[in-house]
Amino acid sequence: MDLSYTEKNMLKIDDTDRRILRALQRDASLTTAEVAEAAGLSTTPCWRRIERMERDGVILGRSVDIDLRKLGFDVTVYLRVRIDKTVRGAFEEFITAARGVPEILSIQTLLGRVDVRMDVVARSLEHYQEILKTRILDLPHVADVEALMLISEVKNDESLSL
Amino acid sequence: MTPDATDVALLRALLADGSLTAKDAGVQAGVSQPVAWRRIKRLEEAGVIRGRRVRLDKAKLGFGVTVFLGVKVSARGRGSVEEFERAVTAIPEVQLVQHVLGVYDYRLKVVARDLEDFERILRRRIMTLPGIGEVESNVLLSEEKNEPVRI
Repeated sequence: MDLSYTEKNMLKIDDTDRRILRALQRDASLTTAEVAEAAGLSTTPCWRRIERMERDGVILGRSVDIDLRKLGFDVTVYLRVRIDKTVRGAFEEFITAARGVPEILSIQTLLGRVDVRMDVVARSLEHYQEILKTRILDLPHVADVEALMLISEVKNDESLSL
Repeated sequence: MTPDATDVALLRALLADGSLTAKDAGVQAGVSQPVAWRRIKRLEEAGVIRGRRVRLDKAKLGFGVTVFLGVKVSARGRGSVEEFERAVTAIPEVQLVQHVLGVYDYRLKVVARDLEDFERILRRRIMTLPGIGEVESNVLLSEEKNEPVRI
């Protein structure tokens, strides 16, 4: 991994910016005035700093965290896929095809024993089995698939130690 | 609760931009501000919307390495499993702890500044966890797709 790339990409962030980001990580529904208060500055400079960090792409946006089980998606499976790398272009072809499957929520390429991991959601075990048979096992260049089924989430906190 | 088309439209709008006001989310879902506000409140109370999150660019903040760990726990009995879960949850660099069924018992996501930092976390924090068994590390290279469910 080219670590100098990471360092080059790192932006100048000062302690005030960090306080703002920490406040937003704790509660993303805060208004600018509330963030300013938590970070110990007044509203206008706080707003300017947030604007700047959004422009620089440090803050990518805000989203809501949704509980899929409450929406009827009772089954979450993490698939760990090994790709047949002896075929030229196998990776690209696999990922292009997997992107088109709506039940696959995320696709990540990895360095390790596993090449690709994917999050798959389904309404039930029968539904999962159907997705697996009709959509996943047909994906090109799959050498091996291993599944981990989610039982419970013990921790889910994306906060960075800023 | 079973969300209807309006709920789904509101959720879609809020997934794309969690800072939308009830009024703006309502415009996208084709309902008035008071209706949107009531619906969003109901989705929050039902636990469908668990909260709002700010999305940050980890690399730009100096966190260049994300590693997924598959962990086997040799602990037996409820007490020792709880002890493991408590200890792993307390590690700040571990963002995600999921109890899973399959070749591993737990799935962890660790965010570190670089590989050296990751190695330190692995050696000092993870490998010293009570009941820790086999650990497999896979370093994240790229995110090819990351989207919420197409509800």
